[in-house]
Amino acid sequence: MRRFWLLLCLSSVVAGQSCTENASDGTKVRISLASGLKDKAYMWNENEMFLFRSTLAYAMRKHMQGSDFQVSNILVCRETQRVSFWFVVTSSMDNSTLISKEMVREAVRKSRDRINGAFQLTDQTLEFLGIEAIMPPQPEHIDSRWMIVFSVFISLVVFVLLLMIMLSVVQKKRKRNEKTKKETCEEEIYRNTVVVQGICNSTFSD
Amino acid sequence: MKLKIPNRGLDDRILSYEELQKAEKEEAGDRPQWDNKAQYLLTCVGFCVGLGNVWRFPYLCQSHGGGAFMIPFLILLVLEGVPLLHLEFAIGQRLRKGSVGVWKSINPYLMGVGIASLLVCLFVCLYYNTIMAWIMWYLFNSFQDPLPWSQCPLNANKTGLVDECARSTTVDYFWYRTTLNTSTKIEDSGGLQWWIVVSLIAAWTVLFVSCIRGIETSGKAVYVTSTLPYVVLTIFLVRGLTLKGSVEGIKFLFTPNVDELLRPETWLNAGAQVFYSFSLAFGGLISFSSYNSVFNNCEQDAVLIAIINGGTSVYAATVIYSIIGFRAMEKFDECTAGNILELINAFEYPENSITESNYDEVLIHLNQTHPDIIGRLPLQTCHMQTLLSQGVEGTGLAFIAFTEAIIKMPVAPLWAVLFFIMLFCLGLSTMFGGIEGVIVPLQDLKLFPRSWSKEVICGVTCLCSFLLALIFALQSGNYWLALFDSYAGSIPLLVIGFCEMIAVVYIYGVDRFNKDIEFMIGHKPNIFWQATWRVISPLIMAFILIFYFVTQVTKEVSYLYWDPQSENFPVLSTQLYPSWIKAIIFILAGVPSLVVPLYALYKCIKNRCCKKEGSRDKKTEAVSP
Repeated sequence: MRRFWLLLCLSSVVAGQSCTENASDGTKVRISLASGLKDKAYMWNENEMFLFRSTLAYAMRKHMQGSDFQVSNILVCRETQRVSFWFVVTSSMDNSTLISKEMVREAVRKSRDRINGAFQLTDQTLEFLGIEAIMPPQPEHIDSRWMIVFSVFISLVVFVLLLMIMLSVVQKKRKRNEKTKKETCEEEIYRNTVVVQGICNSTFSD
Repeated sequence: MKLKIPNRGLDDRILSYEELQKAEKEEAGDRPQWDNKAQYLLTCVGFCVGLGNVWRFPYLCQSHGGGAFMIPFLILLVLEGVPLLHLEFAIGQRLRKGSVGVWKSINPYLMGVGIASLLVCLFVCLYYNTIMAWIMWYLFNSFQDPLPWSQCPLNANKTGLVDECARSTTVDYFWYRTTLNTSTKIEDSGGLQWWIVVSLIAAWTVLFVSCIRGIETSGKAVYVTSTLPYVVLTIFLVRGLTLKGSVEGIKFLFTPNVDELLRPETWLNAGAQVFYSFSLAFGGLISFSSYNSVFNNCEQDAVLIAIINGGTSVYAATVIYSIIGFRAMEKFDECTAGNILELINAFEYPENSITESNYDEVLIHLNQTHPDIIGRLPLQTCHMQTLLSQGVEGTGLAFIAFTEAIIKMPVAPLWAVLFFIMLFCLGLSTMFGGIEGVIVPLQDLKLFPRSWSKEVICGVTCLCSFLLALIFALQSGNYWLALFDSYAGSIPLLVIGFCEMIAVVYIYGVDRFNKDIEFMIGHKPNIFWQATWRVISPLIMAFILIFYFVTQVTKEVSYLYWDPQSENFPVLSTQLYPSWIKAIIFILAGVPSLVVPLYALYKCIKNRCCKKEGSRDKKTEAVSP
């Protein structure tokens, strides 16, 4: 355990010169726990930092197959209360050379989901400045969704229209029938010349 | 007031009291009738209560002194709105004809008033139903989660959001680009936007089906379309009051600013709003009341409908502003949070060290200690008052401000559907009156062959109107609609309303009119009606008309347009109309207004010629055996 800490201190001293603000091969990280997790926000402490470094080491291993990155290869500096810091990655074979920024960023991009997941954060709350957040996959804009609603609506309207046209045609036919029945009935009464209250009852003529 | 213009032959043109009583008893004739009083009242309420109550009145209220605006509004409602309403109801009920028929009966020279009503009704129906088409488009798009206006689409290479959307807002983009696909000026017509054409087809088909047999069908539809908006408004009120910021919105709306009452614009805008809000001078109300029984109490109806209309305006304003207050509060919070984040990131302070309460102090302190860093930060000014007065009128309210508020509510699609159904019902019930004001005069003018049935006439009218309304489906359609709205629906209506008052009071004769009302409702109209009909209302109308005419004629005609390349983007910029638009404006506003005197002139000339021929005929008759 002591040796581990000794090594850590050593490597941080060695690379302390390489991990600076705005280092050419460094990347700045900003973590927004309060806005990302609100009530469930945890405290940022050394344990969380350890998790971060090991997650990043995992990302480097995944990207550079066959490599042997350790937690000690991830050097962190310039921590602030904001919770932001810079980190650089040293090569697994040689502690004094730094992995280039592009390589680091590629590695992070590949494993972004896993890194975010480890901290229950998102691209917006766990920011790697300089590495663009990948656009969230847009839900398939089913442009035809509104056409479906429209088709349902217009079919209903057309149905009601046809119904009303049919009803009015039927009504007109019925009126015409009644009119002709009334006329034939009145003609019969006229022909019979029976002096009776000639009330033309259309139900009889059926 | 014995001022009365001689009017010969009036008794021959109108039904006498005996004929009216006989017709009432026999219930004869093929004139349509209301099933019951409720249907009639709901139709009139539906016609009067429209989109203007929701998106014009609240804006006027807020911008002209808040609670203090109620004073001119109520005064002018009583002095101008109610008398005109009573007048239209009474004259329709007495003469039992549509608008052209009524003015023709009073005096054949006055038929121009009816024709002017018809033209104005037609122009207004064209653009009003296009707004209905837009509402239906939004309604069809509300049945999905997330709502399409809540996110920007990705650009072509999927690296980011579409530029136009990223620079403005998602709701702006959905309205100006996805829905309207608007061009940058009215001369650029662009092509027809097929999705708008489809929505127009839907709107005109619904109207056709509801009005296919006149009030027989529309009278049934109003049971839903006139009552549903009130239900939805209440639901929104309850929902709105539980949201943060709603009370600020309502306070902003009603905070009285008595200084506004000293400005003449306030009173003139109140007068104009009362006039347009009651849908007067369209001829629809005259038509509707002509289907009543002769002995219906039109005085009571007028007062009742005026109260309902005024009350609805105030109620709708409260609801709208509770939601607008919520939206403003959300935007304010976002704005402040954005600023706080900038500060925290720049100075590496822990989160939650700066909150809304200490933001100002911290900013001042940092500005003194590190002015250079502060200067470089993109800090925005977050001002609640500005946010509350943004874009809260007309289509901007419904399709931009309100839709933005909806996407911030939980279960957004439900609220979107409810909101657009409410707007749809409000608009449709107004369209019933509008289409009545088009079809009945066309029938009275005998422009259709007699063999055509009601259904065919309605169908042909709707089809022709749809074809004419295709102009609003162009890329510049939005600008055309604004043009129609400003000119077709303003001055001509005031002219017609003024002529109506003069015609009834001085040509028909206010004494005869009083007797008619006594015959119909049992008592003579009291001194309030006499004073308003004879003097007060015509004066107010003349005043408003002259004011409007002067302001419209003297100012440069300009319009707002959307241009992603402009400097002010995303704020709308102003530009002047091209010169040929003046001809269009003349057709929209001038032709209906001029039809009134021109028709009288034409009739006069025709009569002179006929008189000469008529006297010649008489001479030949006298000669021949």
